[in-house]
Amino acid sequence: MKVYLDNAATTMVRKEVVDAMIPAFTTYYGNPSSLHEFAREAEQLLDSARKDVAAVINAKPDEIVFTGGGSESDNMALRGAVAANKKKGKHVITSAVEHHAVLYTLQAMEREGLIDLTILPVDEYAVVSAESVANALRDDTVLVSIMFANNEVGTINPIAEIGKVCRDKSVLFHTDAVQATGHVPIDVVEMNIDLMAISAHKFHGPKGVGALYIRKGVRIPSLIIGGGQEKKRRAGTENVPGIVGLATALKLANEHMTENAVKVGALRDKLLKGIADTIPDVKLNGHPTNRLPNNVNYSIRYIEGESILLMLDINGIAASSGSACTSGSLDPSHVLLAMGLPHEIAHGSLRLTLSEFTTEEEIDYVLDLLPQIIQRLRDMSPLYPKQK
Amino acid sequence: MYTEKVMDHFKNPRNVGEIESASGVGTVGNAKCGDIMQIFLDIDENEIIRDVKFKTFGCGAAVATSSMATEMIKGKSVDEALKITNAAVVEALEGLPPAKIHCSVLAEEAVKAAIEDYMKKRDEAK
Repeated sequence: MKVYLDNAATTMVRKEVVDAMIPAFTTYYGNPSSLHEFAREAEQLLDSARKDVAAVINAKPDEIVFTGGGSESDNMALRGAVAANKKKGKHVITSAVEHHAVLYTLQAMEREGLIDLTILPVDEYAVVSAESVANALRDDTVLVSIMFANNEVGTINPIAEIGKVCRDKSVLFHTDAVQATGHVPIDVVEMNIDLMAISAHKFHGPKGVGALYIRKGVRIPSLIIGGGQEKKRRAGTENVPGIVGLATALKLANEHMTENAVKVGALRDKLLKGIADTIPDVKLNGHPTNRLPNNVNYSIRYIEGESILLMLDINGIAASSGSACTSGSLDPSHVLLAMGLPHEIAHGSLRLTLSEFTTEEEIDYVLDLLPQIIQRLRDMSPLYPKQK
Repeated sequence: MYTEKVMDHFKNPRNVGEIESASGVGTVGNAKCGDIMQIFLDIDENEIIRDVKFKTFGCGAAVATSSMATEMIKGKSVDEALKITNAAVVEALEGLPPAKIHCSVLAEEAVKAAIEDYMKKRDEAK
């Protein structure tokens, strides 16, 4: 049996999305900037995609810029917002548990002398409080960047509250909503969001395409310089098939959001409970209730994450330990450490992320196998107490 | 990312366990870094490693290098075992990713620590 439980890393492109993309490759393949029928057809696809994406997050079509993915959107938002507000100041606030696309970009900007950076701590569930943002704001603060939902532990932040705090002080608020978009309701107006990064492949769309929501009135310079595409906000011939894929996937994710949250949430809860019931010495990471409906993240004591992943992989189960990037390096996850977990417990984290295509049989298979795998590794571990 | 040999030793680790009243025990690494290796030796009066067992907390490479190191020193004399380098363990495993070479270093150190422990006990007994 092959079981894919790494949907926070990337998702399967759903068939309807592939079907919608194909004409953009083979029939409407014109360059939208050209002056002929082929170009107009491609441009229409872009317009329609922009409308669809905007509608899902309660934005206006002009407020959506298509990009090459979530990381590019984050980079553009952060560098752009800082560059556009040089006169006001250079203080930026973020949190310790951001995705590296935000954290590393801001740290690089700090080294370049472009910003003064405040990195807010989080609580034991990885929540950034609106109060901590309010307390960190200064007269020269130009930007706050707090993720909508955490990619590792699934915790959802109080985005509307943080947005309000920022808007009241006229400070730009960017949120990396890569993990949240298409999974939980987002209203950029109600939540006072100024900038928001979206990535298609996290909601059954294609890889290499994303979007940045830029609230009307917020002016940020282009990150990619060249032609005048995307109203001069992002140079480069538009990835029309990818953009059609993004929009189709987001529209479908939005239409099925409520039923999926119930369906996926029920399987997630079964997995959460099953692990807690059958494996001793585990600790749930992330908020117990206020978390993405598809995220399970446990620290499994006395063993190390990579060996769990290898054992699962041998048995056909795809999972991750921390984020995929984290398991490629030797340091334990910066998210778990920021939540206060000791190093040795952070090393033993296991993330299982479901999708609407996950079945109950698959969850049963994992629940059947996981306790054996954990026991086998624990029997090999010098840290595992013998009396247990 | 791992060779077949590494995966074989990870899936079917040789010599897992502990030896009660071992002639020497070596523990290296720490949980903070994500690797701990423990090697137990049973050494006879001719200084031949009669039996060896290991316990490891760590990644796939940590398990595979410990397993391979125990295989390489079993039946060898203490002097021969001391000559086993991390490079020899890597070679026997048909390679390790660069980021995992430190696991092989740990395996060499664990063997050495266990032998040192044995020598200390031996000298104290004299």
